[in-house]
Amino acid sequence: MDTPETALSALLTRFTPSRDNLIPILHVVQEAEGYLSPASMAQVAAYLGLSESEVHGVATFYASFRLKPIGKQCLKVCRGTACHVKGAGEVLAELEKKLGIKAGETTPDGAYSLETEACFGSCALAPVVVVDGRVSGRVEPAGVGELLKGENEP
Amino acid sequence: MSLNILRQQAEAEWEAVVHPSLPQIFIGTSTCGEAAGAGRVRRAIEEKLVELGISATIHRTGCLGECWREPLVDIIKPGSPRITYHSLTPEKASELIADYLVNGLLRPDLALGVWGGGYDGLPALDTTAMLGPQKRRALRNAGIIDPENIRHYLARGGYRGLERALSLSPDEVICEIEQAGLRGRGGAGFPTAWKWRLCREAEGAPKHLICNADEGDPGAFMNRALLESDPHAVLEGMLVGAYAIGADRGYIYVREEYPLATRRLEIALEQMRDSGLLGRDILGTGLDFDIKLVRGAGAFVCGEETALIASMEGYRGLPRTRPPFPASSGLWGKPTNINNVETWAQAAYILAAGAEAFREYGTEQSKGTKTLSLAGDVRHTGLIEVPLGTALSDIIYTIGGGIPGDRSVKAVQTGGPSGGCLPASLLALPVDYESLAQAGSIMGSGSMVVMDERSCMVDIARYFLTFTEAESCGKCTPCRLGTRQMRSVLDDIVAGNGKATDLEVLAHLAQSVRKGALCGLGQSAPNPLLTTLKYFREEYEAHLDGRCPSLVCSALVHFEITTEKCAGCGVCLRVCPSEAISGGRGVKHVINQAKCTRCGQCLKACPMRFSAVGKIAGRAVREDA
Ligand SMILES: Cc1cc2nc3c(=O)[nH]c(=O)nc-3n(C[C@H](O)[C@H](O)[C@H](O)COP(=O)(O)O)c2cc1C
Ligand code: FES
Repeated sequence: MDTPETALSALLTRFTPSRDNLIPILHVVQEAEGYLSPASMAQVAAYLGLSESEVHGVATFYASFRLKPIGKQCLKVCRGTACHVKGAGEVLAELEKKLGIKAGETTPDGAYSLETEACFGSCALAPVVVVDGRVSGRVEPAGVGELLKGENEP
Repeated sequence: MSLNILRQQAEAEWEAVVHPSLPQIFIGTSTCGEAAGAGRVRRAIEEKLVELGISATIHRTGCLGECWREPLVDIIKPGSPRITYHSLTPEKASELIADYLVNGLLRPDLALGVWGGGYDGLPALDTTAMLGPQKRRALRNAGIIDPENIRHYLARGGYRGLERALSLSPDEVICEIEQAGLRGRGGAGFPTAWKWRLCREAEGAPKHLICNADEGDPGAFMNRALLESDPHAVLEGMLVGAYAIGADRGYIYVREEYPLATRRLEIALEQMRDSGLLGRDILGTGLDFDIKLVRGAGAFVCGEETALIASMEGYRGLPRTRPPFPASSGLWGKPTNINNVETWAQAAYILAAGAEAFREYGTEQSKGTKTLSLAGDVRHTGLIEVPLGTALSDIIYTIGGGIPGDRSVKAVQTGGPSGGCLPASLLALPVDYESLAQAGSIMGSGSMVVMDERSCMVDIARYFLTFTEAESCGKCTPCRLGTRQMRSVLDDIVAGNGKATDLEVLAHLAQSVRKGALCGLGQSAPNPLLTTLKYFREEYEAHLDGRCPSLVCSALVHFEITTEKCAGCGVCLRVCPSEAISGGRGVKHVINQAKCTRCGQCLKACPMRFSAVGKIAGRAVREDA
């Protein structure tokens, strides 16, 4: 059995250990592990010969990187201009109410994460919610329940 | 393989698509199409074809720009022209297949238009409201070809611009761009030829080219749509630039949130390598150039060129002072030229069609066409390309089809967080770099969000400052603290705690941040505030008086039940989470304003036939106060 550490080592060897690979590496680690754990970041730092605080500094600068595990289903509500004008605020409020969490949080059972995003570039179909990478357009506050049902599908 | 042989094959393949012996079906599969259900439509079509025993070829295409009526499907039946159908559902799509391909019914009810001229009562596509007035050059292939097939691109004249460039000297290429008058499409509108020349003449090697595909303005999707629809148009421009500048390496910095654009670029790069268009000795001319994709990580500031470079080097995306400009010291300290996605596509067009053709449209100082994304409260939301100098009103009313529900335009927001809100009285303004800047906004990368009277301009200013505050990198104090302070004053105004001096304070803060900030993010962050203060000052004053005229800011509105209309049905009373409604079955309801939290549930719940609950600007007059 691979320990997480050896699995990560195998990932890292795909990159030359140079500074400009830091962000590509963090992307790949997050894809593999769902988030950036302190242990993984330490291992990345050692691989690139950087201090842990350097890696942490980069990881926290960019909104794409997550330092906490993510829920089974991830809902991202667009807060872009077009979506704002078209009522994204109400969609978000409705999801927060339904899930009992605030944007940026994960339900205690780990089923759902709720996040916001600056814009998905699907503004013509505002308001937009992206569920596990799939874009849903023209979402009505009353229809957000439909988005959650996705968890029942395989 | 030389490009000639490849192009001949490509032309033969394309000829068999446009004059086919079997039906050809094109399904719009860019992000908007997918979001609107293109995948389900495709499955329905495939099933129907099998059921009816029809053999047909299905192609994917990019974005025609009519995003509001996706999913779009085009059909070419042997002997007939290409017809575009819109707003399809799986059911309508299966019907269409049977009706048109089997029974020869054109289904005008589902048709948008016909390519190349009217046909049997259906309108020509280029006479339809949204597409008619456009001049699509950067978007020349968008929605027409399969973006994952380089042969489609070649057959429609692709890489002819590169071939022409390679037959000229690098200086001649730069002169051609200069004569065309091309200015950067990413925001600042800097003359492209100048930048190329600076970088060409800079000392140092290797030289780098970057395509800025970070597209961070919320409300903007021009670059995404172009990359998803015609990646080779952008890549061809980069090859032209590499030759003109003498660059060795190219990079495309793509926004993290654009997975489909990234995938299509990967495919396109692979095809270029296989066709001798990338790598060593391109097309046997001795030109060596390769392009690498770099994924962004969700930071708006990384669209700024020096922050983008820091990010590519593996650092936090902090901008730095210029000079030195990237042209002399950019990526890893080497000469670097950065252009926007659309700038590259327009450069390829200029080399293929010539500077004169490019200058055919535009104004004295802004030549050519510009892609714009149209969103918000407008009927035809989508992606368009129009001559620079087109009036805002033509864009909103003619191309955009006006405002839904016959409401009226209150403002149009251009240029994203760096731009401003222009009022309805300025809709005659031509869209070009200078005119929009004079009005206090910017054209920026081309996002346009239309707002009707239901948007509150104070709320919009606060929205943008919340955005810039969150996206400020924190390096310089005026931006880090100035955006926060402006946002916090706006918070107070919106919450009904504004003070008479606030507007003066805001104007003062805005000027300080504009002057003191290190990069464009901070320097332009006050624009949404300044334009709304300038054009919608009465809305700010109303807020200071305790009223939100657009009924958006919940602290400055209240709800009332009109006694004459109320039937005492009890619906509002049951949904009210604050037990603020009194009355009972058959007894007229009254809202206790002291308990009301203005959540609006009663308004939503009150049955249409009574419509007894009203939302009213201004605070309630409290009997208890
Ligand atoms: C905060 C900020 C964000 C920017 N975002 C982008 C962007 O997303 N895309 C872009 O092409 N240019 C963006 N720019 C402008 C770039 O710094 C640069 O001017 C541009 O890429 C140059 O290309 P062009 O000359 O072809 O327009 C941004 C600038 C600032 C200050
Ligand atoms: S504003 Fe929401 S997708 Fe662009």
